[in-house]
Amino acid sequence: MTTSLFFIQILNGLQLGVLLFMLSAGLTLVFGIMNFVNLAHGSLYMMGAYFAASAYAKTDSFVLAALVGIAGSAALGFLVERVVASRLYARDHLDQVLATFGLILFFNEITRWVWGASPVYMNVPPALSGTINLLGISYSAYRFAIIVVGLLVALGCYVLINKTRVGMLIRAGSSNPTIVAALGVNIKLLNATIFALGAALAGVAGLMSGPILSVQTGMGEPILITAMIVIVIGGIGSVRGAFYSAIIVGLIDTAGRAFLPMMLREFLDRSTAQAAGPALASMLTCIFMAAVLALKPAGLFPVKNQ
Amino acid sequence: MNAMLDIRLLTKRYGGLLATDQLSLSLAPGELHAIIGPNGAGKTTLIGQLGGEVASDSGSIVFDGQDINGLLPAQRALRGLARSYQITSVFPEFSVLENVALAMQAHRGHSFGFWTPMLKQSELVEPALRAIEQAGLSHRARAMVSELAHGERRQLEMAMVLVAEPKLLLLDEPMAGMSHQESGNVVRLLQGLKGRYTMLLVEHDMDAVFALADRISVLVYGRIIASGTPQDIRNNEEVKIAYLGDEALPI
Amino acid sequence: MMRNTLSAWFAAILVALLLAVPLYASMAGEPFALTFVSRVLVFALAAISLNLILGYGGMVSFGHALYMGLGAYVVGILAQHGVTNGWVQLAATLAICALVGLVTGAISLRTSGIAFIMITLAFAQMFYYLFVSLKQYGGDDGLSIPARSEFGLFSLASPLALYYVALVLVLLALALTHRLVDARFGMVLRGCRINERRMNAMGFPTLRYKLTAYVIASMLCGLSGLLYANLTGFASPAYLAWTLSGELIVIVVLGGMATVFGPLVGAITLLVSEEILKALTDHWMAILGPLIVLVVLTARRGMYGYLLDIDAWRARRRQPAAPLTSKEQP
Repeated sequence: MTTSLFFIQILNGLQLGVLLFMLSAGLTLVFGIMNFVNLAHGSLYMMGAYFAASAYAKTDSFVLAALVGIAGSAALGFLVERVVASRLYARDHLDQVLATFGLILFFNEITRWVWGASPVYMNVPPALSGTINLLGISYSAYRFAIIVVGLLVALGCYVLINKTRVGMLIRAGSSNPTIVAALGVNIKLLNATIFALGAALAGVAGLMSGPILSVQTGMGEPILITAMIVIVIGGIGSVRGAFYSAIIVGLIDTAGRAFLPMMLREFLDRSTAQAAGPALASMLTCIFMAAVLALKPAGLFPVKNQ
Repeated sequence: MNAMLDIRLLTKRYGGLLATDQLSLSLAPGELHAIIGPNGAGKTTLIGQLGGEVASDSGSIVFDGQDINGLLPAQRALRGLARSYQITSVFPEFSVLENVALAMQAHRGHSFGFWTPMLKQSELVEPALRAIEQAGLSHRARAMVSELAHGERRQLEMAMVLVAEPKLLLLDEPMAGMSHQESGNVVRLLQGLKGRYTMLLVEHDMDAVFALADRISVLVYGRIIASGTPQDIRNNEEVKIAYLGDEALPI
Repeated sequence: MMRNTLSAWFAAILVALLLAVPLYASMAGEPFALTFVSRVLVFALAAISLNLILGYGGMVSFGHALYMGLGAYVVGILAQHGVTNGWVQLAATLAICALVGLVTGAISLRTSGIAFIMITLAFAQMFYYLFVSLKQYGGDDGLSIPARSEFGLFSLASPLALYYVALVLVLLALALTHRLVDARFGMVLRGCRINERRMNAMGFPTLRYKLTAYVIASMLCGLSGLLYANLTGFASPAYLAWTLSGELIVIVVLGGMATVFGPLVGAITLLVSEEILKALTDHWMAILGPLIVLVVLTARRGMYGYLLDIDAWRARRRQPAAPLTSKEQP
C-alpha cells in the first residue's frame, strides 16, 4: 500500500464526510427542533439528484443543473413540510415514521414512473473532469471540488447558526421550542424555512453525488441510514456534532471499504474480499456507534436542553 | 434515634442557576416535615434529587442509614422511598386497581410471570384494595383512570405511594389543583398516616401545612432560611418578608 | 368462555375461515389461495412479535425484519450444507435470533425516541450488507434453498403442512399474547409504554423487562422467517430490507396496536390491499404510499382496535363500573 493510495483514501473519506454532513445537517435540525423523524429526507436527496441530472442532460450546464437541483429539493421540502410534516409535529414518533415511510414509497415510485427503472447517468462537468495535484498526489478534481463545496457549506452553516438572527432562533428552538413561539416569532414560517433549508442541503449532496454514484430509485435510503448513524453519534439537534461525526464516519466508512478488503485479500479470494467492503464499512460504523453510545448515550456533542 | 433521612450540603446547579444551595436537613422517623417556599425556590428540584431523577453536584443523602447517592430511582423505591408527583403521573389506560396493584408488584417478587393475570394475584390485589380504600377511592376501583376527575387522580397518586408501605414518602404538592373539600380529604388521610410513616411534604396550601406538619422548613433560592415548629415559622420575620415583602403571612 | 361481543365474534369467524382455507383451495382448484394465505400467516406471525414490543411495549423498532431474514438464512445456509432437519434449524434460528436480539437490544435500549428508531434501522441495515457480501450464499441475488425443512412427522415441503404449521403457530402466538399482556410481565411492558418514568419511580428496573420482550419478539420473528424461507424456497437480503420492517409496522398499526388480533387483521388487510392495487396498476406503490400517510393522519386505533372500542362503548352503556371493597374480588 503506497502512501499516495493511503492519502487518496483519506481524501475520499473527507469527501464522503462532507456529503454526509450536508445530508445530516438538515436532518438533525428537524429532529432537534421540531422533534420530527423525517425518514423521507433521503428522498429529498434523491430528488435533488434526479432534478439536477435531468437539467444537466437538457442544458449541458452544470451550474444550471445545480441551481435546479437545489431549488427543486428546497421547494419539495417546503411542500412536504406544509402538507405532511407540520400536521405531525404534535404526534408521536411512530406516526411520523409511518407517514414519512409512506412518502418514501411514493417518491421512489414516482422516480420509477417518470425516469424509469434504469439508473440515470450524470457526467462529471468538463471543467472538473481532470485531476489536480495535491502535494504531489493526483486526485480527482471533481471529488476535490466536493470537499471544497462541503467545507464552504459547513462554514456557511456555522455563520448562519452562530452569527445571524435566524441562527439564533434556530439555536433557541433547539433547546426550548416553546419559548421561541412565545417570543412572537412566526413559528410556522421558521419551521418551514428550517425544513426547506435542510432539504436544499440534501439536494446539494444529491446533485453532487450524481456524477460519482448512479442516480437511481432508492438511492436515498442507504445513505440516509448512514446519516442517521452520524446524527446519533454527533448528538441529535447538534449541527456541530453532525459535522465532526460526519467526517469521522466518512473516514471510517471509506477505510472499511478500501483498507479492510485489501487486508482480507490475504485470506480470501479477490471478489469475496471486495464484496465484503460495504458490509465491513457498515459494521465498523455500527460498532463505532455502539461504542460511542456505551460511553455517551446522548452523543458526542449533545445539545444542552433548557 | 437515627434520622430516617439525613441530607448534608446538597448542591445542584443548572448552568448559572443555583437550584439547591448547600442544603442540609434531617428527618426523624415518623416525622411529617413540610417544605414551603415561594415559587422557583427549588422545591421540586430537591424532591428530584431525593428521588434519584436529578443528579446532585455535591452533598450527601443518607436514607435509613444508607448513602443512596448514585442509586437509581428504582433502587431507591425498592428500599422504601416512595414519591408522588406534582403533575399527576399515573397510567391513564389502566384501571385504578391496575395502577395500584402495579405499584405493589414492584415490591413483591420479580415480574417475569407470563401466564397468570396480575389481577388474579391476591398478594397484589388485597394490599391494593386496602390502599385504595385508605385513599378514599373504593367506589372507583374498577374505573379507567382516564375517566377520573383531577382530584380523584391525586387520590390515586396517594394510593400508589402508600400501597407498598414505604419508609419515606416524598409528597410533591399532593393537593395541587384540588377543591377545598378534596384537600380536606387528603389532609385527613395524611393525618391518619402520621407517626407510622415518615413524610416530606412540599405544599403551597398553608392551611394543610400548618395542620399537618411536625416541623416546617422554608426554602428560598435553594437555601433553607428557617426551620422549626409551625409556631416558630409563624413568628419568623425573615419568612414573612421572603413570602410577601413586609406583609404578614396569611395564616 | 367467549364473550358475546363484536370483536370476539369477528375473531372467531376469522379463525374459522382460516381453518377452512385448505378445503376451499383444494375444492376450487386454487393452490394460489393456499400459498397466499400462508404468506399472510407468516407476516401475521412476524407482526404479532412486533406488536409485543411496539404495540404493547412502545418500542418503535424499524429493524424488525432483521429477524425474519435471519430465520430465513439459517434455514437456507443449513440446507445448503445438507442440514435439513427442521428441529435443528428451529433450534439454530431461536438461538441466533435470541443472541442477536440480546446484543442489539442491549445497545439500542440505551437510547429511546428518535435515536432508538434510527439505531434499530442501522443494525438491520448492517446485517443486510452482511448477507449481500456473502457471495457463497447468493449475495445480492439471494439463496435458493435446495430442500425444505423436515420435521420427522411432517415436512414443510408440503404446502398443506406448511399452512397448518403456520396457522397453529399464529394461534399459539395469539394465545400467548392474550395471556401475557394481563400477566405481571405484560403489565410491566405496557406500563413502560404508558409512563416509563413512573415505572422506574415505583421500583421497576425497566431495562431488563424491555430487553426480555425484545428478545422474545426476535425469536418469534425468527420463526416467521423460517416459515417464509420454506414458503418461498428462497432466502434473500431483501428479507432484511428496511422496507420490510416498515411494512411490518404498517401491519401492526393498521390492524390495531396493542390488541391481540390486530396483527392478524392488519396482515390480511395489507396483503389483500397490495394484491388489489397490483392488479390495478404497475405503479401501485405510488398509491399505497399516500394511502399509508392518510391512514396515519386519520385512523390510529386500527381496524380491530375500532371493534374493541365499539364493544367497550356498548358495555359502558349497559352497566357502569360498580364499587369494590377489600372483601370482594375484581
